[in-house]
Amino acid sequence: MIPEIGHFALVLALGVAVVQAVVPMIGAQRGNLAWMEVARPASVALVLCIGVAFAALTHSYVVSDFSVTNVFMNSHTDKPMLYKISGVWGNHEGSLLLWILILAVFSLAVSVFGGNLPPALRARALAVQAMITTGFLLFILFTSNPFARLDPAPFDGRGLNPLLQDPGLAFHPPMLYLGYVGFSMAFSFAIAALIEGRVDAAWARWVRPWTLIAWVFLTFGIALGSWWAYYELGWGGYWYWDPVENASFIPWLAGTALLHSAIVAEKRDTLKSWTILLAIITFSLSLLGTFLVRSGVITSVHAFATDPTRGVFILLLLAITVVGSFSLYAWRAPQMKGGGVFAPVSREGTLLLNNVLLSTASATVLLGTLYPLFADALQLGKVSVGPPFFNSVFVPLMIPMLILMGVGPMLAWKRGDALGAVRRLWTALVATAAVVLGTWVLAGGSVVNAGAALGMGVGAWLLLATMVEWAERVRLFRVPPRDSLRRATNLPRSAYGMTVAHVGTALLVMGVVGNTAWKSETVQVMRPGETIPIGPRALVFEGAERMPGPNYDAIRGRLRLIDGDGHTIAIMSPEKRQYTSPPMATTEAAIHTTGVHDYYAVIGDPSPGDGAGAFVTRFYYEPFVPLLWYGALLMGLGGLVSLSDRRHRVGVPRRARAAQGASSTAAATTEAPARA
Amino acid sequence: MTRRIISFLPLLVVAVLLGFFVVGLQMDPRRLPSALLHQPLPAFALDGLPGRAPPLTDSAQLTGQVALVNFFGSWCAACIQEHPMLNRIQAEGVAPLHGIAFQDKPQATLRFLARHGDPYDRVGYDTTNRIAIEFGVTGAPETFVIDKAGVIRHKHVGPITEDDWVDTLRPMIEDLQDG
Repeated sequence: MIPEIGHFALVLALGVAVVQAVVPMIGAQRGNLAWMEVARPASVALVLCIGVAFAALTHSYVVSDFSVTNVFMNSHTDKPMLYKISGVWGNHEGSLLLWILILAVFSLAVSVFGGNLPPALRARALAVQAMITTGFLLFILFTSNPFARLDPAPFDGRGLNPLLQDPGLAFHPPMLYLGYVGFSMAFSFAIAALIEGRVDAAWARWVRPWTLIAWVFLTFGIALGSWWAYYELGWGGYWYWDPVENASFIPWLAGTALLHSAIVAEKRDTLKSWTILLAIITFSLSLLGTFLVRSGVITSVHAFATDPTRGVFILLLLAITVVGSFSLYAWRAPQMKGGGVFAPVSREGTLLLNNVLLSTASATVLLGTLYPLFADALQLGKVSVGPPFFNSVFVPLMIPMLILMGVGPMLAWKRGDALGAVRRLWTALVATAAVVLGTWVLAGGSVVNAGAALGMGVGAWLLLATMVEWAERVRLFRVPPRDSLRRATNLPRSAYGMTVAHVGTALLVMGVVGNTAWKSETVQVMRPGETIPIGPRALVFEGAERMPGPNYDAIRGRLRLIDGDGHTIAIMSPEKRQYTSPPMATTEAAIHTTGVHDYYAVIGDPSPGDGAGAFVTRFYYEPFVPLLWYGALLMGLGGLVSLSDRRHRVGVPRRARAAQGASSTAAATTEAPARA
Repeated sequence: MTRRIISFLPLLVVAVLLGFFVVGLQMDPRRLPSALLHQPLPAFALDGLPGRAPPLTDSAQLTGQVALVNFFGSWCAACIQEHPMLNRIQAEGVAPLHGIAFQDKPQATLRFLARHGDPYDRVGYDTTNRIAIEFGVTGAPETFVIDKAGVIRHKHVGPITEDDWVDTLRPMIEDLQDG
């Protein structure tokens, strides 16, 4: 009964979505306020309907109702509760349901918090949002019904892919989706603005927080996925340039560009057409990501569920979205008036260059990801594009960007003083040189290490320059400490957001460079009692034993990590698990972290030919990997800090208006210009 | 005017991209072309697995009737996943199913067959991996369909699923048997 309620709620949601897509749009064209206002109750109803459907599916998973095909295919009674629940979105149908639930919640947020938006803009944005929802609801109802029944109901389910039974991955898809779907807001606002034919600072101010939210979630989502790959797949790596990873990284790069161009659009009222285009591109890339992952046009180790019929449908959705929006852009964009002019050397100039580099990087990764498809379609043969391509094209694009990231914030808007900026950054420059030299000498001083030392230098430069920029803002050491402290507390949150996020980027860069340069790996057969060096430490193999788990059978190795004097630092217990449903083997790496370096051990198969109790083992010394996670965390946190900026807080303009009274209408109009 | 043209560029780019996706959807990226398709199978001589009869020792044993040859190894996780399907194919008895173990130790192969079932008619043991290379095997498991004349008619990469068997392989074998 409950699954049928869920199904019914979805059908109902489709009706509501159609209403929300059509009525407010017509209302906005005709200037009919009552019609425009339909969007608000509709968005509430939409969240309720989709919420009921989602709750119904979750209920089926929690009680293990195997008469629902989806539950049978992806769940099992033996599964721990967390994974029964995460199983809801661990599959194609459920993940789409989550997709539209998030989409609807974002719409609701606009209608609840968008009180100070011009009614026509709000109505149009919500209508566009509802159009996207309609498309996905049709997709779910026609090709991916999560509530399809099985008769007779099987006794037990097939289980969730054990690789996915992991806390890191339980939250990875929802995070990614919050990111993907979040960009739909920027898209809807961009389309609404194109229809209205005007973009102003107020528009940019509205788009920024939504982009920021989406970007934060996508950042966390990608980081979680990367972290999961690192500790769960047992290959000792964190990024493989796999098509599915790229599918989330491409919109991230475009979204990062959007985030920065929206700043220019808001502060300087320029780059507007470009910002609109980026908003469309970013969401289109998010849709493309969904298409690539779900259709199977590109092979990937991640292709968990692919189905060509669904591929056709998503392609259709994608085609309608991009052809529609880009046609609208081609038609309307030329009418948009450009805003303030700026010199090449200025804050705008560096942000524009950052945009160009990020977009190029995004396009490059897209090209590499799709190249096998192009080659196949043009009968050029079967090719695969791997890390060597991505590393050799992506890195050269990032180096100038990272160097620029240190300088940009020091430049003034409109016309910057390049020489002045360099003069203020000389401490950072000297310190960077010291880091490069120091790293090079410490690493042995060979030619091979010079590149790595320079790479570390790029990261250090960004870190130091960002610090210097902050110090400049609070005039550290130039004014009495008390004044600096007062300045520090008065700095806007958005400034802190930038500082934190850029420091995070610096750490991430250093983590990647350091790990790539100094990582080491050994594979060997070990008998109990044997010792193998790993980085500056060594691992003693003490044997392995069978360990039954709740829904798997494991071989657990016992390894002792020792330092140069033979003192025990840690006991490491890597596992190799054989799951029963579905039958599948997984490796559980044991990782000991010092906070800067990781020691990473994997146990393989027994090798009885080499003596009693002998096992294949793989050890990785992973220097600087933790910096990656700190970096990603700081980037996301930076976004959150920026989001908490006073300007973005709900109701601030209204309160400010109320407090200042009718005399200061000027202040109120800068916060929320009344255009309708 | 240039502004007009420039603003049409993004539309043009996505239109081309979409064209590629339409073509791409009709192709299976996992289907790797085999140079040996419709060629007579390479002549080979193999060892059998010690203690397991009958062995697959000569390519001549594969001619005369339509047969399946499955390359596998005890080290291969996807083979474990595929194995229940192979057991079912053997039980259906449509055509003989032969196995060639490669990159493996005979003891490990025997343990693997003891644990997961032995669906094969004949099993060959490719000590040097030469035969796998001559067949153009890119990974395990891979399965070849060989017709009565000893010509390779189909190569299946990856585990055979129920759909692969019912929709592709079994009809193909039945056609070849009739033809």
